[in-house]
Amino acid sequence: MSWRELTLTVNGRRLSGRAEPRTTLADFLRDELGLTGTHLGCEHGVCGACTLLMDGATVRSCLIFAVQAEGHELETVEGMAAPDGRLHPIQEAFSLEHGLQCGFCTPGVLMSVRELLHENPDPTEQEIRTWLSGNLCRCTGYQNIVAAVRRASTMLRDGA
Amino acid sequence: MKAAPFEYCPAASLDEAVALLAGDEDAKVLAGGQSLVPLMAMRLARPSRLVDLNPIPGLDWVRLDGDRLSLGAMTRHRQVERHPELRRRCSLIAEAVEQIGHVAIRNRGTVGGSLAHADPAAEWPALVLALDAELVARGPAGTRTISAPDFFTSVFETALRPDEVLVEVRLGLPSERAGTAVLELSRRHGDFAIAGVVAVLETDGEGAVQDARLALFGVGETAVRARAAEARLLGERPDDRTIAAAAEAVDPDLHPSSDLHGSAEYRLHVARVLTRRALVQARERAGRRP
Ligand SMILES: Cc1cc2nc3c(=O)[nH]c(=O)nc-3n(C[C@H](O)[C@H](O)[C@H](O)COP(=O)(O)OP(=O)(O)OC[C@H]3O[C@@H](n4cnc5c(N)ncnc54)[C@H](O)[C@@H]3O)c2cc1C
Ligand code: FES
Ligand code: FES
Repeated sequence: MSWRELTLTVNGRRLSGRAEPRTTLADFLRDELGLTGTHLGCEHGVCGACTLLMDGATVRSCLIFAVQAEGHELETVEGMAAPDGRLHPIQEAFSLEHGLQCGFCTPGVLMSVRELLHENPDPTEQEIRTWLSGNLCRCTGYQNIVAAVRRASTMLRDGA
Repeated sequence: MKAAPFEYCPAASLDEAVALLAGDEDAKVLAGGQSLVPLMAMRLARPSRLVDLNPIPGLDWVRLDGDRLSLGAMTRHRQVERHPELRRRCSLIAEAVEQIGHVAIRNRGTVGGSLAHADPAAEWPALVLALDAELVARGPAGTRTISAPDFFTSVFETALRPDEVLVEVRLGLPSERAGTAVLELSRRHGDFAIAGVVAVLETDGEGAVQDARLALFGVGETAVRARAAEARLLGERPDDRTIAAAAEAVDPDLHPSSDLHGSAEYRLHVARVLTRRALVQARERAGRRP
């Protein structure tokens, strides 16, 4: 069915591509805009790999059609590091604490952690685990993810 | 895991949404998409037209008025759970909503979508049954009100007609003296419940139960009130013996099925245990604010 030109705001930039109504936001970002940082695991809302921020709140980009994202502010993992490549403190903390192994789940986890630390700058371990229950990781066993979130929380509160 | 093609129709108003639904018999409403889009990805649903309610302004609200609560159909789960005034007045609703999926699901999923989807293991249908809600639907002929027990007809089936849009749900809040609890068993946090229960318990000045409501989910084709168990409590002191007897009395109202997650007998057992625990918790909370 009908393809059309679509312009979305991603990490503050206006980017255009072509989409069918059934094109998911995740597929549009990856295949049309070349932003392959957002990963796709299950494509039906369960794994969390495709999580990104829409108007500051996490959403599954496999459960939103690209046409629905027009007029909204999107943030993906590509927008986290500074233009000069310096890592965002949350990314830095994940690197320091080995909060990732293969890295497949990591973009979605980072987006969820951004929302968590924005709402709750000093979460308990239980709060971290509950919050991240929607991001499946097959590698780490979650221990180091939790450690990384705690470290990121400290770094952000100390103004790192 | 790619949806079949469809015509995308963003609706600017409710009237337009109703007209768009009436114009295509295979059309479906798109609300939060947290149930419909997975079904489309798996091609279990293939609507020819999606009528998107998201662009319609003013369909999301949380209005508290004494013992009445009104929610707009497009109110997101997170909006409900993050409403401090509602949490103070009736923590039951926020406690139930927090058990739905995960934050990213609740940021997007809507109250109306959960009710219209009518998953027998979902939290909202049990909540609206326990809180004697009315659901308001808009169709080509105007607006009509459907009571919660009439709304849920079978697994994923409701009294909504294909060209009707659910616009509002009106709930009656339990008295501030009532104790409430919501308990469910699921394999992992955020999974649909294997079995769950919403309990409301209020005692009079003499300590006898004057209001008892039990709504169970995950144990039949729809969420269901356990009327026999409620009757067992009314007029009695809610001591451990009475509560145990009430929990045993849930059986006749429940018709669980067996599946991968548990046999019918197991679900019934879980339902009894959760009912007992929920009633104990509700009793402990009754008469004081949680
Ligand atoms: C990983 C995951 C875990 C989940 N866990 C849970 C859980 O534990 N408990 C739970 O309750 N839910 C759970 N959900 C589902 C979630 O709560 C959905 O938000 C909800 O079931 C559907 O709401 P929606 O707004 O997303 O509706 P949609 O997916 O947009 O629509 C669902 C159905 O309702 C119809 N519909 C929607 N709105 C209306 C309306 N206003 N009028 C008429 N028809 C309408 C649609 O046409 C469609 O048939 C989960 C979802 C996911 C992806
Ligand atoms: S790819 Fe979107 S949740 Fe798994
Ligand atoms: S690091 Fe491999 S899935 Fe999480």
